Amino acid sequence: MRRPLLRFLRTTANSVRDLAPIAIVIIFFQSFVLQQPIPNIGEIIVGYVFVVVGLTFFIYGLEMGLFPIGESMAFAFARKGNVMWLLIFAFALGFGTTVAEPALIAVSRKAAQIAAEGGVIDATDAAIKQYAQGLKYTVAFAVGLAAVIGVFRIIKGWPVQWIIIGGYILVVLMTTIAPEEIIGIAYDSGGVTTSTITVPLMTALGIGLASSIKGRNPMIDGFGLIALASLTPIIFVMAYGMIY
Amino acid sequence: MNGVIEEVLQFAVTFLHTIQDVIPIAVIIFGFQFFIIRKPIPNLKRVLTGFFYVVLGLALFLQGLEDALFPIGKMMAHQLTDLEFIKHSTQALEQGIAIHWSQYYWVYIFAFTIGFSTTIAEPSLLAVAIKANEVSGGSIGIWGLRIAVALGVAIGISLGCWRIVTGLPLHYFIISGYIIVVIQTIYSPKLIIPLAYDSGGVTTSTVTVPIVTALGIGLASKVPGRSELIDGFGLIAFASLFPIISVLAYAQLSQWYANRNNSKTLQASQNKEQTEN
Repeated sequence: MRRPLLRFLRTTANSVRDLAPIAIVIIFFQSFVLQQPIPNIGEIIVGYVFVVVGLTFFIYGLEMGLFPIGESMAFAFARKGNVMWLLIFAFALGFGTTVAEPALIAVSRKAAQIAAEGGVIDATDAAIKQYAQGLKYTVAFAVGLAAVIGVFRIIKGWPVQWIIIGGYILVVLMTTIAPEEIIGIAYDSGGVTTSTITVPLMTALGIGLASSIKGRNPMIDGFGLIALASLTPIIFVMAYGMIY
Repeated sequence: MNGVIEEVLQFAVTFLHTIQDVIPIAVIIFGFQFFIIRKPIPNLKRVLTGFFYVVLGLALFLQGLEDALFPIGKMMAHQLTDLEFIKHSTQALEQGIAIHWSQYYWVYIFAFTIGFSTTIAEPSLLAVAIKANEVSGGSIGIWGLRIAVALGVAIGISLGCWRIVTGLPLHYFIISGYIIVVIQTIYSPKLIIPLAYDSGGVTTSTVTVPIVTALGIGLASKVPGRSELIDGFGLIAFASLFPIISVLAYAQLSQWYANRNNSKTLQASQNKEQTEN
């Protein structure tokens, strides 16, 4: 009974340490550079405590729930040997976690506004909404596809750098012909797709697969899913901007 | 007392939102587990408790960020990019004088420090660092990786701010960055490459994105001649590209260091042999 408590306390101490740099930066800039008192100090301290406790629970739960389930599913799929279902699972995980991502919804709405202001689409609510929806599903599809390619690569043992560098070359080529307004959003959309729950799950899945398939090294073959999931949306969003 | 009730209600809303975000993931995982794999999950109770902790932790985390960090971070971003502040701090109060890019130095310093500190606090980076440490058998340190990534984000965001101030095109930077990554990939130890690529994507999730976006949009709306819509975006791209470079550089440096030490000891032993002979 005492061991979990001790572990929990240690995780809490780590969270305090992880969040201390932010506090130092804010206090330094407020008092020495901007020379202003910190507003609503009580509220901010309460919020800070929330962040510390939240991070502690998250990390604690991660090692109890998310990592084990990601890995045990990877083992089970590898033992079953059914590649088709594994790829369908990868696609569902990539698509399903992205389509509900709040950051993505915000970015696609912004992109639709830019398109409306640039005269690409009509500046009506319906047209903007349709554009944003289309973009959201495009990105989600791109992440799903990235998961499929990433899992297939692990099975085959292809080096990830060839796929990524090939993707970069495609991005560079597309940048030269894509409309200027979409470029910034396209580049940013690669960064917003990987949420706090998706990253640990995908990592556990990749490492679990690489360690249960013979001849694969978890270090070389297990990582790389996140990288692919941040690359494909850039390509697909630029394509979306070009086709629309 | 009213404040407490309000806080609790707000937390309930955040908690429900988090559950809403997790439901698709849970449906996919448990759906495949029960219908395709058709085997009971080992330690089901423990896994479910872990899932609950993750959701609860994330909800608390997000609520705390909304209450404390985001308002003050955004406010500071606005104040630091304010023209009055920049003119005042450089004593160039006369109108009509164009502001030189170097006068935004507090913005770059803020971008660097806030990029570094929010990355250290990023939960998904911590998750990947824990895994990398485990898989590499301890040779990749949790802190080594986190600091390398955080330095990359810090440099990337300050450079991104400089780009907004000077108005240079975004893709020049990104494409040059890609070229550096490709060259580094050729010379890096093969084991680190996939992890380095992954660290580009993990840096920009919960904590960093809102504050950095506020900084970018604040800068683009205040600097004369910049469009909020075209120039405000792109900081995230910097924050996901530069960690790849910094993690690869970290691996290259440690390899070079190890090689140098090895050859030194080798040389020393050879010298010793020679003198003995």
